Amino acid sequence: MTDRLGIVTTASLEKGVDVRLDGPVSVEDMVVGRYVTIEGQKRRFFGMITDVSLGVTDDRLAVSPPDVTDPFIADVLTGTSTFGTIHVTPMLTIGGDAESMLEGPQPVKTIPAHFSTVNLASERDIELVFGQEDPQRFHIGNPLDMETKLCLNLEEFVKRSNGIFGKSGTGKTFLTRILLIGILQKSKAVNLIFDMHNEYGWQGTSEGGPPVKGLKQLFQSKVAVFTLDEENSRRRGVSTDFVVKIGFDEIEPEDIVLLRQTLNLTEPAVEAVYQLRRRFGKSWIQNTLDIEGAENTKELLESMNIHESTFQNLKRGLATIRRLPFIEPHAPVDAVRSILEHLDRSINVVLEFGRYRDITAYVLVANMLARRIYTQYQSRMEKAMAEGIAPPNPLVITIEEAHKFLNPEVSSQTIFGTIAREMRKYNVSLLVIDQRPSGIDTEVMSQMGTKITCLLDNERDIDSVLAGVSGKNELKSVLARLAPKQQALIFGHAVPMPVAFQPREYGSAKSYKDFTSAGQKTTTEKAEKDIEKLWE
Amino acid sequence: MPDQPNRIAEVIEASTAQFIAQCYELYELPPLGSLVKTGDIYGIVCHAETASMEPGRKPIARGKEEDSEEAVYRSSPQLSKLLRSDFTAAAVGYKEEEKFYQYLPPHPARIHGFVYLCQPDEVKEFSQSFGFLNILVNAALPIPTEELIAAALRQMSRAHEDSRAFLVAAGKELANLLSSDFIRLKNILGRLL
Repeated sequence: MTDRLGIVTTASLEKGVDVRLDGPVSVEDMVVGRYVTIEGQKRRFFGMITDVSLGVTDDRLAVSPPDVTDPFIADVLTGTSTFGTIHVTPMLTIGGDAESMLEGPQPVKTIPAHFSTVNLASERDIELVFGQEDPQRFHIGNPLDMETKLCLNLEEFVKRSNGIFGKSGTGKTFLTRILLIGILQKSKAVNLIFDMHNEYGWQGTSEGGPPVKGLKQLFQSKVAVFTLDEENSRRRGVSTDFVVKIGFDEIEPEDIVLLRQTLNLTEPAVEAVYQLRRRFGKSWIQNTLDIEGAENTKELLESMNIHESTFQNLKRGLATIRRLPFIEPHAPVDAVRSILEHLDRSINVVLEFGRYRDITAYVLVANMLARRIYTQYQSRMEKAMAEGIAPPNPLVITIEEAHKFLNPEVSSQTIFGTIAREMRKYNVSLLVIDQRPSGIDTEVMSQMGTKITCLLDNERDIDSVLAGVSGKNELKSVLARLAPKQQALIFGHAVPMPVAFQPREYGSAKSYKDFTSAGQKTTTEKAEKDIEKLWE
Repeated sequence: MPDQPNRIAEVIEASTAQFIAQCYELYELPPLGSLVKTGDIYGIVCHAETASMEPGRKPIARGKEEDSEEAVYRSSPQLSKLLRSDFTAAAVGYKEEEKFYQYLPPHPARIHGFVYLCQPDEVKEFSQSFGFLNILVNAALPIPTEELIAAALRQMSRAHEDSRAFLVAAGKELANLLSSDFIRLKNILGRLL
């Protein structure tokens, strides 16, 4: 079977290429999101089908349709008077001469000549663009309607902050698991996962299916599970490595600022937090909660210029925090230090929240831990640069419900906003998972390197995900037509061109074997290399 | 007349685009749309008439007392000499050095040139390409071109083993030629099978 589709009839760099389909090619086989190659006179173009339409040579055909029940009439008219057209957005080009062949695919700056032949992209073409599975490239799935492996260069991927978006139930969690395994196997980076719904470390759920294995079950030696809720973890049979407790004295005013909305605090109450912190130092929360009942309360508040009602408002908020069972006046072990120790040994850390799935706990803990870890990384990086020693392992922090941390009101105050903006300077990047990307600050969105999005159907969400991408309108039609499950669109820094794909299987015994064996191969290879080096 | 069964007529009038030929036998006309040749020139029969030899002398009704139409001719044997059958062929191509060219011929046919009815092999060979359709589509003819084209293709399809495939291919060519005139196309296609 030839994969010839048709010929280029009109084209513009801005608007894309129109292709008239050959007679035998059925318009119904053309799917938005598929890849095609265009053989220009001097170069080849890679593009994606972004629209499919029908055409007639004479408008009267549409007004008085022929009798298509007659197979003869239908045969004659198909591909002549009536024909299909596809709209292709060219994305990459590769020159014909040897030099440009070596350079590989480049962004498209021109268009193919008239009547250039258009073919379906072959497996080889996809490999040429996305590369083969190798120590850096990880097989994440297949392009839509193709058997080819789609590989993602994870070394490039973790260099920027990235986002995974999609409506609830579209497969974000599965996609994230696959990517986390990829990062774990194919890059030097380590993961810190704030696992709000207890899905990544140990067993996770799949809709309508048996539970699926978590990272710790697949990569025993490379993953540590931390928990905030020991009892819950034990009940679920998770072997945890560390129980995280947070001390009052570890909470900073910035953490409270972030919780303003969830704790229902007023603006003056937030102001008061800083004053209280100045006055009482590290143990400010304990002291503030103890103020009640003391005789000199009124005087104290007056001296700090805090109104009584403001104080009550703040106190109610702080009491909510105090009720969280993992908060203690003073934490016995420093959780941050333990996390860092694991990360330094290249062990990925999953922090489970157990039963404390409410957003207050998640925002508080994630922000607090991330801030302190980031500070550590910052000073270590600076030290590494100054003294020329090895920098710490690159760190990827995974957060869910990201719009709670990165919405325009708080993104400038949370540590995650800072990480997203300052990018790789301190070897820390984010993997953001969210279902309402429109809630995320546009400034943060624009800094994200690679975005992977499952189906979105809210206009604002689609706009915010695709903001600043060339060919936005065309991608929009691809994105809006993804299947509600297990299809995603990836674009940005780590991929040469956008591609709609079906994530690889996750959940069957075979898939686990594939995941783990791929990792083992690279590790043995690495070990062999190390041994070779030893003898050099 | 030597034994040449396909020799059916003789050119009596010729121009670049068409030639008129008179049949040797009354009513021995080639069917509408059939392929004929004179010299190296090929034509498609596009019009035929049977009339009196002399323009001023009209035939009169003779059969009132006769039993059958044949009896009219039997009782008046002079009729076959006083009437003649003529046909017009639109020139659609020529042969030069054993190769077909489906263009108008460089020179018109010669008067008194013998006209032969093409045999299936020759028809098949000639209809390998569809250049003649363009000539017919644009020809100024005494009959509707849709009728002629449909008749010609029906005739030719009989020379092909897979006549449907031939008609589909010809139909596609017509669809391109008549891309801006669907009604004409529809009329032709409707007359093909």
